[in-house]
Amino acid sequence: MTAMDETTPLPAAPRRSRWSLALTVGLILVGIHVAVALLTLFWTPYDPSATAGGRLEPPSLAHWVGTDRLGRDFFTLIMIGSRIALTVGAGAVAIGAVIGVTIGLLAAFATRLLDDALAATLDILIAFPVLLLAMLVVAASEGASLWSAILALGIAMSAIVARLTRILAKRILQNDYITASRTSGTSWPGVVVRHVLPNIWPTLSVNFALQFGIAVIAESSLSYLGLGAPPPNASWGRLLQEAQGTVYTAPIGAIAPGIALVTLVIGVNLLADGLRDIGDPTRRVSR
Amino acid sequence: MTPLLSVDGLTLKTGEKTLVSDLSFSLGAGERMGLIGESGSGKSLTAMAVTGLLPKSIVPTGSIMLDGQQVVGTPERALNGLRGSSVAVVFQEPLTALDPLMKIGRQVAGPLARRLAREGRSPSRREMERDVLQFLDHVALPQPERIANSYPHEISGGQRQRVAIAMALACRPKLLIADEPTTALDVTTQAEILKLLDGLVRELGMALLFISHDLPVVATVVDRVTVLRNGRAVEEGPVRTVFDQPRHDYTKTLVDAARAFDNALEGTA
Repeated sequence: MTAMDETTPLPAAPRRSRWSLALTVGLILVGIHVAVALLTLFWTPYDPSATAGGRLEPPSLAHWVGTDRLGRDFFTLIMIGSRIALTVGAGAVAIGAVIGVTIGLLAAFATRLLDDALAATLDILIAFPVLLLAMLVVAASEGASLWSAILALGIAMSAIVARLTRILAKRILQNDYITASRTSGTSWPGVVVRHVLPNIWPTLSVNFALQFGIAVIAESSLSYLGLGAPPPNASWGRLLQEAQGTVYTAPIGAIAPGIALVTLVIGVNLLADGLRDIGDPTRRVSR
Repeated sequence: MTPLLSVDGLTLKTGEKTLVSDLSFSLGAGERMGLIGESGSGKSLTAMAVTGLLPKSIVPTGSIMLDGQQVVGTPERALNGLRGSSVAVVFQEPLTALDPLMKIGRQVAGPLARRLAREGRSPSRREMERDVLQFLDHVALPQPERIANSYPHEISGGQRQRVAIAMALACRPKLLIADEPTTALDVTTQAEILKLLDGLVRELGMALLFISHDLPVVATVVDRVTVLRNGRAVEEGPVRTVFDQPRHDYTKTLVDAARAFDNALEGTA
């Protein structure tokens, strides 16, 4: 029998395309929100703070999803809400990722004592819901603003990212290829950049997408409680809160922001899932 | 002339337990030595001690001089310069010794780029790619372009071990440590890898520390052997002498066991 080694390799076995339905749907949903958000920078159907029609008009050709209590065009407000949601999601995840990954890696490389201390602190922080932590941070900062909400959510979710990073990095560091890489003279920072980060990225990125969704929802909750972006910023949470009183007479006011919120969160999750499948060559898609 | 590697009174301890005790041997430039013994005898730990990459829980005492540099108790930063330039390692399990998410070409390029940087050269991307393909070709991998563009799980075990050897060679070390490089491979592939290692070590004039529990394998590639048992060196000498006239009982058992196994194989064939 010939050794596997010497058999002629199969003629360029094509890597199966990992483009999935989830990825397509995710791209479309997120793409629409991003496009709308960018559009609001230059153009909206109506001036978001101007009274464009009567109060609580039902959907019509002039106002696609009607008007709110003050007669503002509801579609315009939801479009601007997209921009705020994306800013909050991306901002909070970015802050959470930078702080979380840094602390997580530090813990993974730290001495036993420091690592245990960090792990315990993270566990305590995680025991508090993200929303509660975010409310504390907002309360501690000077007044509610969009940026204080982003910062609060970012800090609150960094604990979750840090714990995940720590565990993933520790597992990667056990591998033989880390030792192999070290014996050929790769420094620890080199190992992190070359091996640890790429290998924990597939799992981390899915977590980031999850956090993005949580951040968008949490910001809506903060706004709903009056701790998010103050008026005239039309965040979806604020729209929901304002629609609360008229939910029976004009239900569209609560339904429309809800749909916007759900499509964005689902879109981001599908997108992350699809991208993970593409990014990880050892993963075979069978869906 | 001072030897390239000189281990003197090396003792490895974890807590109260002694894993390797009072081990001494030396290896000159271009020399080839085998370290043999059953699993758990401390062979691999000795190798890791030489590279200064022991787990934190294992404490070394004694002296390891590698290329004029003391390894025991030397801070990490100083040792890192030694790894790659003075010593490189080929490991037992070729699948886990390669990063699963990195294409072979990039994995070989890493140590190569570091060596070239050490030599004060900064090759273009083009030259780098060409050099990587040359190394893959050097270890007799078929279709280097295809292999360079593959992930570790897409090539066979023997091919992976060749890649691992190419990575070690890309460092152009003075000492190559081969830690059971053929144990995870089937017998035919084993013979090919051994031939390859043997040829390359001769060609590039590297010293070789070959670690194995497999006596016939060791005998084909090295000149001298040290037999380890429970962390102690029980016998040392030229390969022929040790195998033909073993002095220590343990070595006798090992040699007899290997013979008996060979005879059994021939008997049934």
